[in-house]
Amino acid sequence: MPTKQAPDFHLDILVILVIDYNVGNVKSVCNALSHIGCEVELSSKPERIKKADGIILPGVAAFGYAMSQLGLTAQLIKEAVVAGKFLLGICVGHQLLFEQSSEHGRHKGLGLIRGNVRPLPPQQIVPHMGWNMVTFPSEMELFKGLRDKEYFYFAHSYYAEPSDIDTYVGYTDYGFKLPATVQKGNIFGVQFHPEKSGEVGLKVLRNFERICREVG
Amino acid sequence: MLTKRVIPCLDVKDNRVVKGVSFLNLRDAGDPVELGAQYSQAGADELVFLDITATIRSRKTIVELVERVAENVFIPFTVGGGITTDDEVDLLLRSGAEKVSVNTAAVQNPSMITKAAERFGNQCVVLAIDARRSEKDEGRWQVCIKAGSEPADLDAVEWAAKAEKLGAGEILLTSMDADGTKAGYDVELTAAVADAVNIPVIASGGAGSLDSMVHVLKEGNADAVLAASIFHYGEYTIKDVKDYLAENQIPVRR
Repeated sequence: MPTKQAPDFHLDILVILVIDYNVGNVKSVCNALSHIGCEVELSSKPERIKKADGIILPGVAAFGYAMSQLGLTAQLIKEAVVAGKFLLGICVGHQLLFEQSSEHGRHKGLGLIRGNVRPLPPQQIVPHMGWNMVTFPSEMELFKGLRDKEYFYFAHSYYAEPSDIDTYVGYTDYGFKLPATVQKGNIFGVQFHPEKSGEVGLKVLRNFERICREVG
Repeated sequence: MLTKRVIPCLDVKDNRVVKGVSFLNLRDAGDPVELGAQYSQAGADELVFLDITATIRSRKTIVELVERVAENVFIPFTVGGGITTDDEVDLLLRSGAEKVSVNTAAVQNPSMITKAAERFGNQCVVLAIDARRSEKDEGRWQVCIKAGSEPADLDAVEWAAKAEKLGAGEILLTSMDADGTKAGYDVELTAAVADAVNIPVIASGGAGSLDSMVHVLKEGNADAVLAASIFHYGEYTIKDVKDYLAENQIPVRR
Protein backbone atom coordinates (compact mmCIF):
# COMPACT_ATOMS: atom_id res chain seq x y z
CA MET A 1 0.00 0.00 0.00
CA PRO A 2 1.63 3.23 -1.07
CA THR A 3 -0.15 5.49 1.39
CA LYS A 4 0.06 3.43 4.55
CA GLN A 5 0.00 5.32 7.84
CA ALA A 6 3.15 4.35 9.74
CA PRO A 7 2.27 3.59 13.33
CA ASP A 8 4.24 5.63 15.86
CA PHE A 9 5.96 2.65 17.48
CA HIS A 10 7.79 1.92 14.21
CA LEU A 11 10.41 4.51 15.00
CA ASP A 12 13.23 2.47 13.51
CA ILE A 13 11.65 2.54 10.05
CA LEU A 14 12.62 5.40 7.83
CA VAL A 15 9.59 7.35 6.75
CA ILE A 16 9.49 9.45 3.62
CA LEU A 17 6.58 11.83 3.76
CA VAL A 18 5.03 12.89 0.48
CA ILE A 19 3.19 16.17 0.92
CA ASP A 20 -0.48 15.68 0.09
CA TYR A 21 -1.86 18.93 -1.28
CA ASN A 22 -4.28 18.16 -4.06
CA VAL A 23 -1.96 18.40 -7.07
CA GLY A 24 -1.46 15.74 -9.74
CA ASN A 25 1.19 13.05 -9.87
CA VAL A 26 1.28 12.24 -6.15
CA LYS A 27 0.42 8.62 -6.79
CA SER A 28 3.30 7.99 -9.21
CA VAL A 29 5.76 9.30 -6.64
CA CYS A 30 4.30 7.02 -3.95
CA ASN A 31 4.37 4.01 -6.31
CA ALA A 32 8.05 4.58 -7.06
CA LEU A 33 8.99 5.01 -3.40
CA SER A 34 7.09 1.86 -2.41
CA HIS A 35 8.82 -0.01 -5.22
CA ILE A 36 12.27 0.83 -3.83
CA GLY A 37 11.19 -0.32 -0.38
CA CYS A 38 10.50 2.99 1.37
CA GLU A 39 7.88 3.43 4.00
CA VAL A 40 5.79 6.11 2.33
CA GLU A 41 3.26 8.33 3.96
CA LEU A 42 0.99 10.74 2.15
CA SER A 43 0.00 13.57 4.46
CA SER A 44 0.24 17.26 5.19
CA LYS A 45 -0.53 17.03 8.90
CA PRO A 46 1.85 19.04 11.12
CA GLU A 47 2.66 16.13 13.43
CA ARG A 48 3.46 13.86 10.49
CA ILE A 49 5.75 16.44 8.91
CA LYS A 50 7.58 16.71 12.25
CA LYS A 51 7.96 12.91 12.46
CA ALA A 52 9.13 12.33 8.90
CA ASP A 53 12.75 11.51 8.13
CA GLY A 54 12.56 13.10 4.71
CA ILE A 55 10.00 15.15 2.84
CA ILE A 56 9.09 15.08 -0.83
CA LEU A 57 7.17 17.95 -2.35
CA PRO A 58 5.71 16.66 -5.63
CA GLY A 59 3.47 18.54 -8.00
CA VAL A 60 1.99 18.72 -11.44
CA ALA A 61 0.06 22.00 -11.46
CA ALA A 62 0.45 25.69 -12.11
CA PHE A 63 2.75 27.46 -9.63
CA GLY A 64 0.16 29.82 -8.14
CA TYR A 65 -2.40 27.06 -7.74
CA ALA A 66 0.15 24.75 -6.12
CA MET A 67 1.27 27.46 -3.68
CA SER A 68 -2.32 28.26 -2.71
CA GLN A 69 -3.10 24.56 -2.21
CA LEU A 70 -0.04 24.28 0.01
CA GLY A 71 -1.46 26.99 2.29
CA LEU A 72 -0.28 26.75 5.88
CA THR A 73 1.77 23.65 5.08
CA ALA A 74 4.33 25.99 3.48
CA GLN A 75 5.40 27.29 6.88
CA LEU A 76 5.65 23.75 8.30
CA ILE A 77 7.92 22.70 5.44
CA LYS A 78 10.15 25.73 6.00
CA GLU A 79 10.42 24.95 9.71
CA ALA A 80 11.24 21.31 8.98
CA VAL A 81 14.03 22.36 6.63
CA VAL A 82 15.47 24.81 9.16
CA ALA A 83 15.40 21.95 11.67
CA GLY A 84 17.65 20.00 9.29
CA LYS A 85 15.20 17.67 7.57
CA PHE A 86 15.90 16.72 3.98
CA LEU A 87 13.52 18.04 1.37
CA LEU A 88 13.19 17.00 -2.28
CA GLY A 89 11.05 19.09 -4.63
CA ILE A 90 9.91 17.48 -7.89
CA CYS A 91 8.74 19.43 -10.99
CA VAL A 92 6.48 22.21 -9.67
CA GLY A 93 7.57 21.15 -6.17
CA HIS A 94 11.10 22.02 -7.29
CA GLN A 95 9.97 25.40 -8.58
CA LEU A 96 8.18 26.16 -5.29
CA LEU A 97 11.57 26.06 -3.51
CA PHE A 98 12.45 29.40 -5.13
CA GLU A 99 11.47 33.00 -4.37
CA GLN A 100 8.86 33.74 -6.99
CA SER A 101 7.31 32.74 -10.31
CA SER A 102 5.83 34.67 -13.20
CA GLU A 103 3.44 31.89 -14.24
CA HIS A 104 -0.02 33.48 -14.69
CA GLY A 105 0.81 36.58 -12.63
CA ARG A 106 3.34 36.99 -9.81
CA HIS A 107 3.42 34.39 -7.09
CA LYS A 108 5.67 34.02 -4.09
CA GLY A 109 7.30 30.65 -3.51
CA LEU A 110 8.82 29.12 -0.38
CA GLY A 111 11.97 31.21 -0.85
CA LEU A 112 14.26 28.44 0.40
CA ILE A 113 16.63 28.95 -2.52
CA ARG A 114 17.33 32.31 -4.13
CA GLY A 115 16.16 32.64 -7.71
CA ASN A 116 13.07 32.99 -9.85
CA VAL A 117 10.83 30.79 -11.98
CA ARG A 118 10.29 31.94 -15.54
CA PRO A 119 8.82 30.67 -18.82
CA LEU A 120 10.89 28.62 -21.24
CA PRO A 121 12.08 30.73 -24.19
CA PRO A 122 9.49 30.74 -26.99
CA GLN A 123 12.04 29.67 -29.63
CA GLN A 124 11.76 26.15 -28.24
CA ILE A 125 8.77 23.85 -28.38
CA VAL A 126 6.85 24.36 -25.12
CA PRO A 127 6.22 22.27 -23.06
CA HIS A 128 9.68 20.76 -22.88
CA MET A 129 8.51 17.19 -22.83
CA GLY A 130 10.52 14.02 -23.18
CA TRP A 131 13.87 12.52 -22.27
CA ASN A 132 16.79 14.90 -22.03
CA MET A 133 20.36 14.50 -20.82
CA VAL A 134 21.30 16.06 -17.50
CA THR A 135 24.88 16.77 -16.47
CA PHE A 136 25.65 17.46 -12.83
CA PRO A 137 28.64 18.29 -10.66
CA SER A 138 30.05 15.23 -8.88
CA GLU A 139 29.34 16.85 -5.50
CA MET A 140 25.59 16.47 -5.96
CA GLU A 141 24.63 13.66 -3.61
CA LEU A 142 21.39 12.78 -5.39
CA PHE A 143 23.35 11.49 -8.37
CA LYS A 144 25.95 9.38 -6.57
CA GLY A 145 26.67 6.14 -8.34
CA LEU A 146 25.29 7.37 -11.67
CA ARG A 147 27.20 8.25 -14.81
CA ASP A 148 28.19 11.94 -14.98
CA LYS A 149 25.34 12.49 -17.40
CA GLU A 150 22.03 10.65 -17.52
CA TYR A 151 18.69 10.91 -19.26
CA PHE A 152 15.65 12.02 -17.31
CA TYR A 153 12.02 12.61 -18.23
CA PHE A 154 10.84 16.22 -18.36
CA ALA A 155 7.37 17.76 -18.79
CA HIS A 156 7.22 21.49 -18.01
CA SER A 157 6.74 24.98 -19.45
CA TYR A 158 8.49 27.04 -16.73
CA TYR A 159 11.89 26.61 -15.12
CA ALA A 160 13.75 27.87 -12.07
CA GLU A 161 16.93 29.92 -12.42
CA PRO A 162 18.94 29.65 -9.17
CA SER A 163 20.92 32.75 -8.16
CA ASP A 164 22.49 31.53 -4.91
CA ILE A 165 26.25 31.13 -5.02
CA ASP A 166 26.23 28.31 -2.50
CA THR A 167 24.10 25.94 -4.58
CA TYR A 168 25.05 23.08 -6.82
CA VAL A 169 23.23 23.10 -10.14
CA GLY A 170 22.90 20.42 -12.83
CA TYR A 171 21.87 21.34 -16.36
CA THR A 172 20.22 20.03 -19.49
CA ASP A 173 20.41 21.45 -22.99
CA TYR A 174 17.18 22.72 -24.50
CA GLY A 175 18.50 25.32 -26.91
CA PHE A 176 20.04 26.95 -23.83
CA LYS A 177 21.60 25.81 -20.57
CA LEU A 178 18.47 24.88 -18.65
CA PRO A 179 18.91 24.36 -14.89
CA ALA A 180 17.48 20.90 -14.23
CA THR A 181 18.46 20.15 -10.65
CA VAL A 182 19.66 22.04 -7.61
CA GLN A 183 21.09 21.30 -4.18
CA LYS A 184 21.53 23.74 -1.34
CA GLY A 185 22.49 22.04 1.90
CA ASN A 186 19.62 19.76 2.89
CA ILE A 187 17.35 21.05 0.11
CA PHE A 188 17.17 19.25 -3.23
CA GLY A 189 15.17 20.03 -6.33
CA VAL A 190 14.66 18.26 -9.65
CA GLN A 191 12.73 19.77 -12.53
CA PHE A 192 12.43 16.34 -14.16
CA HIS A 193 10.40 13.38 -12.88
CA PRO A 194 12.62 10.78 -11.19
CA GLU A 195 9.55 8.63 -10.57
CA LYS A 196 9.04 8.43 -14.34
CA SER A 197 12.68 8.25 -15.42
CA GLY A 198 13.07 4.48 -15.38
CA GLU A 199 15.82 2.70 -13.45
CA VAL A 200 18.03 5.80 -13.28
CA GLY A 201 15.20 7.82 -11.76
CA LEU A 202 14.61 5.12 -9.15
CA LYS A 203 18.32 5.34 -8.27
CA VAL A 204 17.90 9.07 -7.60
CA LEU A 205 15.03 8.31 -5.21
CA ARG A 206 17.13 5.59 -3.56
CA ASN A 207 19.90 8.14 -3.09
CA PHE A 208 17.46 10.52 -1.47
CA GLU A 209 16.35 7.76 0.88
CA ARG A 210 19.99 6.96 1.71
CA ILE A 211 20.75 10.63 2.42
CA CYS A 212 17.80 10.81 4.81
CA ARG A 213 18.80 7.51 6.46
CA GLU A 214 22.47 8.41 6.98
CA VAL A 215 21.56 11.54 8.86
CA GLY A 216 18.39 10.31 10.53
CA MET B 1 18.18 17.86 -27.17
CA LEU B 2 15.28 15.49 -26.72
CA THR B 3 15.72 11.88 -27.71
CA LYS B 4 13.51 9.89 -30.06
CA ARG B 5 11.33 7.49 -28.11
CA VAL B 6 10.69 3.75 -28.36
CA ILE B 7 7.25 2.82 -27.07
CA PRO B 8 5.84 -0.67 -26.57
CA CYS B 9 2.05 -0.83 -26.80
CA LEU B 10 -0.23 -3.09 -24.78
CA ASP B 11 -3.50 -3.76 -26.60
CA VAL B 12 -5.67 -5.07 -23.80
CA LYS B 13 -8.79 -7.22 -23.96
CA ASP B 14 -10.33 -9.08 -21.00
CA ASN B 15 -7.31 -8.28 -18.81
CA ARG B 16 -4.88 -9.80 -21.32
CA VAL B 17 -2.55 -8.28 -23.87
CA VAL B 18 -3.57 -9.31 -27.38
CA LYS B 19 -2.31 -8.57 -30.87
CA GLY B 20 -3.95 -8.94 -34.24
CA VAL B 21 -3.27 -8.17 -37.88
CA SER B 22 -4.89 -5.08 -39.37
CA PHE B 23 -7.04 -4.93 -36.21
CA LEU B 24 -8.35 -8.54 -36.69
CA ASN B 25 -7.47 -12.13 -35.63
CA LEU B 26 -6.37 -11.42 -32.09
CA ARG B 27 -3.98 -13.71 -30.26
CA ASP B 28 -2.82 -13.70 -26.66
CA ALA B 29 0.46 -11.99 -25.85
CA GLY B 30 0.61 -12.01 -22.08
CA ASP B 31 -0.24 -10.31 -18.79
CA PRO B 32 -0.34 -6.49 -18.94
CA VAL B 33 1.05 -6.02 -15.41
CA GLU B 34 4.01 -8.29 -16.10
CA LEU B 35 4.70 -6.92 -19.56
CA GLY B 36 4.44 -3.31 -18.35
CA ALA B 37 6.95 -3.92 -15.56
CA GLN B 38 9.25 -5.74 -17.95
CA TYR B 39 9.27 -2.93 -20.53
CA SER B 40 9.73 -0.24 -17.88
CA GLN B 41 12.79 -2.08 -16.62
CA ALA B 42 14.13 -2.87 -20.06
CA GLY B 43 14.54 0.78 -21.00
CA ALA B 44 11.34 1.58 -22.89
CA ASP B 45 10.80 5.34 -23.02
CA GLU B 46 7.09 5.21 -22.51
CA LEU B 47 4.26 2.70 -22.31
CA VAL B 48 0.91 2.84 -24.07
CA PHE B 49 -2.06 0.85 -22.78
CA LEU B 50 -5.08 0.61 -25.08
CA ASP B 51 -8.27 -1.04 -23.99
CA ILE B 52 -9.31 -2.31 -27.41
CA THR B 53 -12.81 -3.16 -26.23
CA ALA B 54 -13.21 0.56 -25.46
CA THR B 55 -14.94 -0.06 -22.16
CA ILE B 56 -12.75 2.02 -19.89
CA ARG B 57 -15.56 4.34 -19.02
CA SER B 58 -18.00 1.63 -18.13
CA ARG B 59 -15.85 -0.95 -16.42
CA LYS B 60 -14.23 -0.60 -13.06
CA THR B 61 -11.99 -3.59 -13.72
CA ILE B 62 -10.09 -1.71 -16.40
CA VAL B 63 -9.37 1.16 -14.02
CA GLU B 64 -8.12 -1.33 -11.44
CA LEU B 65 -5.92 -2.93 -14.07
CA VAL B 66 -4.50 0.48 -15.01
CA GLU B 67 -3.70 1.05 -11.34
CA ARG B 68 -1.92 -2.28 -11.08
CA VAL B 69 0.10 -1.64 -14.24
CA ALA B 70 1.04 1.85 -12.99
CA GLU B 71 2.36 0.45 -9.71
CA ASN B 72 5.17 -1.20 -11.63
CA VAL B 73 5.77 1.26 -14.44
CA PHE B 74 8.30 4.02 -13.80
CA ILE B 75 8.21 5.63 -17.21
CA PRO B 76 5.46 7.83 -18.70
CA PHE B 77 2.28 5.87 -19.16
CA THR B 78 -0.54 6.61 -21.62
CA VAL B 79 -3.97 4.99 -21.39
CA GLY B 80 -6.70 4.96 -24.02
CA GLY B 81 -9.83 3.20 -25.23
CA GLY B 82 -13.37 4.50 -25.14
CA ILE B 83 -12.69 7.70 -23.20
CA THR B 84 -15.42 10.26 -23.80
CA THR B 85 -15.40 12.87 -21.01
CA ASP B 86 -12.89 14.92 -19.06
CA ASP B 87 -14.08 13.25 -15.86
CA GLU B 88 -12.96 9.91 -17.29
CA VAL B 89 -9.63 11.52 -18.13
CA ASP B 90 -9.41 12.65 -14.51
CA LEU B 91 -10.13 9.14 -13.24
CA LEU B 92 -7.36 7.63 -15.37
CA LEU B 93 -4.82 10.30 -14.43
CA ARG B 94 -5.61 9.59 -10.79
CA SER B 95 -5.16 5.88 -11.45
CA GLY B 96 -1.55 6.46 -12.44
CA ALA B 97 -1.60 7.45 -16.12
CA GLU B 98 0.40 10.51 -17.24
CA LYS B 99 -1.54 10.94 -20.45
CA VAL B 100 -4.72 9.67 -22.01
CA SER B 101 -5.38 9.00 -25.65
CA VAL B 102 -8.69 9.82 -27.25
CA ASN B 103 -9.94 8.65 -30.62
CA THR B 104 -13.58 8.02 -31.55
CA ALA B 105 -15.06 10.44 -29.02
CA ALA B 106 -12.77 13.23 -30.23
CA VAL B 107 -14.00 12.73 -33.80
CA GLN B 108 -17.61 12.78 -32.68
CA ASN B 109 -17.12 15.68 -30.30
CA PRO B 110 -13.89 17.64 -31.03
CA SER B 111 -14.49 20.08 -28.16
CA MET B 112 -13.64 17.33 -25.69
CA ILE B 113 -9.99 17.74 -26.71
CA THR B 114 -10.12 21.38 -25.66
CA LYS B 115 -11.97 20.62 -22.48
CA ALA B 116 -9.47 17.99 -21.38
CA ALA B 117 -6.49 20.15 -22.42
CA GLU B 118 -7.74 23.15 -20.49
CA ARG B 119 -8.36 21.10 -17.39
CA PHE B 120 -5.23 18.92 -17.36
CA GLY B 121 -2.79 20.58 -19.78
CA ASN B 122 -2.07 19.85 -23.45
CA GLN B 123 0.72 17.44 -22.49
CA CYS B 124 -1.91 15.04 -21.07
CA VAL B 125 -3.99 14.78 -24.23
CA VAL B 126 -2.91 12.41 -26.98
CA LEU B 127 -5.05 12.24 -30.09
CA ALA B 128 -5.03 8.75 -31.57
CA ILE B 129 -5.76 8.59 -35.28
CA ASP B 130 -6.43 5.32 -37.09
CA ALA B 131 -5.91 6.08 -40.77
CA ARG B 132 -6.13 4.11 -43.96
CA ARG B 133 -5.18 4.94 -47.50
CA SER B 134 -8.04 6.40 -49.45
CA GLU B 135 -9.12 4.29 -52.41
CA LYS B 136 -10.40 7.21 -54.44
CA ASP B 137 -7.88 9.94 -53.54
CA GLU B 138 -4.29 8.94 -54.05
CA GLY B 139 -1.92 10.35 -51.42
CA ARG B 140 -4.70 10.91 -48.90
CA TRP B 141 -5.67 8.99 -45.80
CA GLN B 142 -9.07 8.55 -44.30
CA VAL B 143 -9.73 8.59 -40.55
CA CYS B 144 -11.53 5.55 -39.15
CA ILE B 145 -13.24 5.30 -35.79
CA LYS B 146 -14.57 2.59 -33.47
CA ALA B 147 -11.35 0.55 -33.53
CA GLY B 148 -11.07 1.05 -37.26
CA SER B 149 -14.45 -0.46 -38.02
CA GLU B 150 -16.13 2.69 -39.29
CA PRO B 151 -14.84 5.30 -41.74
CA ALA B 152 -15.28 8.92 -40.69
CA ASP B 153 -15.60 11.77 -43.11
CA LEU B 154 -12.19 13.20 -42.21
CA ASP B 155 -8.80 13.52 -43.85
CA ALA B 156 -6.10 12.29 -41.44
CA VAL B 157 -3.66 15.16 -42.11
CA GLU B 158 -6.32 17.84 -41.75
CA TRP B 159 -7.70 16.22 -38.61
CA ALA B 160 -4.26 16.13 -36.99
CA ALA B 161 -3.74 19.85 -37.70
CA LYS B 162 -7.15 20.71 -36.34
CA ALA B 163 -6.60 18.64 -33.20
CA GLU B 164 -3.39 20.51 -32.49
CA LYS B 165 -5.31 23.79 -32.58
CA LEU B 166 -7.94 22.31 -30.27
CA GLY B 167 -5.27 21.47 -27.70
CA ALA B 168 -3.92 17.98 -28.40
CA GLY B 169 -0.34 17.63 -27.15
CA GLU B 170 0.65 14.66 -29.25
CA ILE B 171 -0.58 12.52 -32.15
CA LEU B 172 -0.55 8.73 -32.01
CA LEU B 173 -0.82 7.84 -35.66
CA THR B 174 -1.68 4.28 -36.64
CA SER B 175 -1.63 3.10 -40.20
CA MET B 176 -4.41 0.55 -40.46
CA ASP B 177 -3.02 -0.77 -43.72
CA ALA B 178 0.29 -1.58 -42.05
CA ASP B 179 -0.88 -2.57 -38.56
CA GLY B 180 0.35 -5.99 -37.47
CA THR B 181 1.74 -6.77 -40.94
CA LYS B 182 5.37 -6.07 -40.00
CA ALA B 183 5.72 -4.67 -43.51
CA GLY B 184 7.11 -1.39 -42.18
CA TYR B 185 5.53 1.86 -41.01
CA ASP B 186 3.65 4.04 -43.48
CA VAL B 187 6.41 6.61 -43.90
CA GLU B 188 4.45 8.72 -46.35
CA LEU B 189 1.47 9.05 -44.01
CA THR B 190 3.69 9.79 -41.01
CA ALA B 191 5.63 12.47 -42.87
CA ALA B 192 2.45 14.10 -44.15
CA VAL B 193 1.04 14.36 -40.61
CA ALA B 194 4.35 15.31 -38.93
CA ASP B 195 4.89 18.12 -41.43
CA ALA B 196 1.39 19.48 -40.80
CA VAL B 197 1.75 19.81 -37.00
CA ASN B 198 4.17 21.18 -34.41
CA ILE B 199 3.47 18.55 -31.79
CA PRO B 200 5.17 15.15 -31.53
CA VAL B 201 3.93 12.34 -33.76
CA ILE B 202 4.19 8.72 -32.65
CA ALA B 203 4.36 6.37 -35.63
CA SER B 204 2.40 3.17 -35.18
CA GLY B 205 1.39 0.17 -37.24
CA GLY B 206 3.68 -2.07 -39.23
CA ALA B 207 6.81 -2.21 -37.09
CA GLY B 208 8.78 -5.13 -38.45
CA SER B 209 12.38 -4.51 -39.27
CA LEU B 210 14.74 -2.22 -37.42
CA ASP B 211 15.31 -0.43 -40.71
CA SER B 212 11.64 0.50 -40.90
CA MET B 213 12.03 2.26 -37.55
CA VAL B 214 15.05 4.22 -38.73
CA HIS B 215 13.16 5.07 -41.88
CA VAL B 216 10.03 6.43 -40.17
CA LEU B 217 12.07 8.43 -37.64
CA LYS B 218 14.30 9.95 -40.31
CA GLU B 219 12.18 10.29 -43.45
CA GLY B 220 8.82 10.17 -41.70
CA ASN B 221 9.86 12.86 -39.17
CA ALA B 222 8.28 10.86 -36.37
CA ASP B 223 9.30 11.64 -32.78
CA ALA B 224 8.63 8.16 -31.53
CA VAL B 225 8.04 4.63 -32.76
CA LEU B 226 5.39 2.44 -31.24
CA ALA B 227 5.41 -1.33 -31.62
CA ALA B 228 3.63 -4.31 -30.14
CA SER B 229 4.18 -7.73 -31.74
CA ILE B 230 7.93 -7.49 -32.23
CA PHE B 231 8.41 -6.82 -28.53
CA HIS B 232 5.72 -9.12 -27.11
CA TYR B 233 6.91 -12.11 -29.10
CA GLY B 234 10.56 -11.40 -28.38
CA GLU B 235 11.78 -10.76 -31.91
CA TYR B 236 13.62 -7.69 -30.74
CA THR B 237 14.30 -6.26 -27.32
CA ILE B 238 14.07 -2.56 -26.52
CA LYS B 239 17.86 -2.61 -26.33
CA ASP B 240 18.20 -4.12 -29.83
CA VAL B 241 16.07 -1.31 -31.22
CA LYS B 242 17.91 1.45 -29.37
CA ASP B 243 21.34 0.12 -30.27
CA TYR B 244 20.34 0.01 -33.91
CA LEU B 245 18.85 3.51 -33.86
CA ALA B 246 22.00 4.86 -32.17
CA GLU B 247 24.16 3.19 -34.83
CA ASN B 248 22.11 5.12 -37.34
CA GLN B 249 22.78 8.46 -35.65
CA ILE B 250 19.35 8.74 -34.06
CA PRO B 251 19.53 10.17 -30.52
CA VAL B 252 18.08 7.70 -28.03
CA ARG B 253 18.22 7.23 -24.28
CA ARG B 254 20.51 4.35 -23.33
